[in-house]
Amino acid sequence: MTITTVNRMLPAALAALLAAAACAAPSGTANNTVADTANNTVAGTATAASPTAPLSIGDPWVKTARSGMSAAFATLVNTTGEEVTVVAASTPVSPSVELHEVVGDGGTTTMRRKQGGFVIPAGGRHVLQPGGDHIMLMDVRTPVEPGAEVPFTLTLKDGRTVSFTAVAKDFAGANESYAPHE
Amino acid sequence: MSERGYPAGRRLTRRGLLAGGAVAAAAAACAPASAVPDAAGRASAGPAPLPGGDAVEPFHGAHQAGVATSPQTFAVFAGFDLRPGTGRAALARLMRLLTDDARRLTRGEPALADTDAELALLPARLTVTFGFGAGLFEAAGAGHLAPRPLPAFKVDALQPRWSGGDLLVQVCADDRVTLAHALRVLVRDARSFATVRWTQHGFRQSPQVRAPGATQRNLMGQLDGTVNPRPGSADFERAVWVRDGWLRGGTTLVLRRIRMDLEKWDAADRAAKEFSVGRRLDTGAPLTGRAETDEPDFAALGASGLPVISEYAHIRRARVADPGMRILRRAYNYEDGLSPEGRPDAGLLFASYQADVARQFVPIQQRLAEVDLLNQWITPIGSAVFAVPPGCSPDGWIGETLLS
Repeated sequence: MTITTVNRMLPAALAALLAAAACAAPSGTANNTVADTANNTVAGTATAASPTAPLSIGDPWVKTARSGMSAAFATLVNTTGEEVTVVAASTPVSPSVELHEVVGDGGTTTMRRKQGGFVIPAGGRHVLQPGGDHIMLMDVRTPVEPGAEVPFTLTLKDGRTVSFTAVAKDFAGANESYAPHE
Repeated sequence: MSERGYPAGRRLTRRGLLAGGAVAAAAAACAPASAVPDAAGRASAGPAPLPGGDAVEPFHGAHQAGVATSPQTFAVFAGFDLRPGTGRAALARLMRLLTDDARRLTRGEPALADTDAELALLPARLTVTFGFGAGLFEAAGAGHLAPRPLPAFKVDALQPRWSGGDLLVQVCADDRVTLAHALRVLVRDARSFATVRWTQHGFRQSPQVRAPGATQRNLMGQLDGTVNPRPGSADFERAVWVRDGWLRGGTTLVLRRIRMDLEKWDAADRAAKEFSVGRRLDTGAPLTGRAETDEPDFAALGASGLPVISEYAHIRRARVADPGMRILRRAYNYEDGLSPEGRPDAGLLFASYQADVARQFVPIQQRLAEVDLLNQWITPIGSAVFAVPPGCSPDGWIGETLLS
């Protein structure tokens, strides 16, 4: 979506109305997530932008990796008037993918499976980012090269799926230690 | 040609792009609170930016920004060598990444995966401009399209550390911190594909101290850039932009690092300095005129019967009669510290943009290399040639007409 291009031509008041409508929309169309999906990136695209997609995916990216573990990030925007829960994620580059959170006291942090998945409130959004919730690639089998476009599919609690493409970026962080047995 | 031709400051601002912040504010109102700036860049606002910090130069368009753009205060030119094995597909990935970074940063948003999001929020007329050197064309299997190297000029004392390069990233902004952040973001995405060959930092008199349209002074004290094509004019279009082929809407850049011997310049008296150039130091007027923009009268003779403007004066030797065949000079000063004796390592990053290097730049430089009184004080020590691809649309990327 090339939303910022649209914004550029919109008077501020009209844009504010649109954004406000995004908040209020009871069962949203994908278009009402103006501010959240300003991702006219060349590589990161969300196919969830169809009118009925319950989630809009903003700024998806994945950390590059030759093998082993990696992580993917994005802003998940609930376009509906009801709570949406992401219960699983998958990608062809890693046969094993988990939904993770990072816990800790600010000193030592550990990541672990997120119980119950990612819950996005009605009309709200959920940011996946280094140091926070993320999609964890447990076993990268196909090297994720910088600039590669990596497909992902999220599975929702009700069985629906949302697909998107994340662009691979070299990234120094997102190296939290993993505690698989917690 | 002068920089006086550049349009005055743009009215676009980052806040304007974000619709006065109304969208962001409304979005924040319905978003869960978060202490961390999110990926879309809604980092904490802090005090309202001043107009200079907020100013945005458009990224998208038929041409890349940073050429016709009224020159910003600071520039860095970074030359990269491609790593072995970086082929056409990898180059496309690289240019998509770099385009995305540039697109976001120039409108005052953090790049994707930006670790210092707050440093992106004051674009300060940031522009990012990419150029392709001959090595990139070879790597892409398109060697036949590569820009031709310059001939050797007898004044050259070129050093490899300032010359060549497969990929150019030119970053300009009115704020040095913004510039540093943008360069860091871009280099992070480039270094899997390329190593840094050279980095050249430059500066100019800022729009805050000298009117944006006014010709600036170089470190020799000369008004530098009086005869430049005016952006928006037919002459500019013809002189700068390529009209056909994959490079349509693009241009070429010759970047010359020209060292100034300022100590020796100090030893010359004012009359000698003005005689060598053919212009007055104070007004920049030709020695035959009163104002900077007066046309030089090359036929005028002095009391001795000799030309007022010497046969060997810089402006006579550099003269190009056809305005559509001139070059666009967008030069920056450099000053890289002092020797123990207090001698500055200083000069000019002479950035010359033209549609055709061989027809426009080379003849001028050949004339200057043959004879130019100014050569006593200046020495080219670096040289590189790049094709500057056309701009792109919001869905496109720089280099797609060559690499896709």
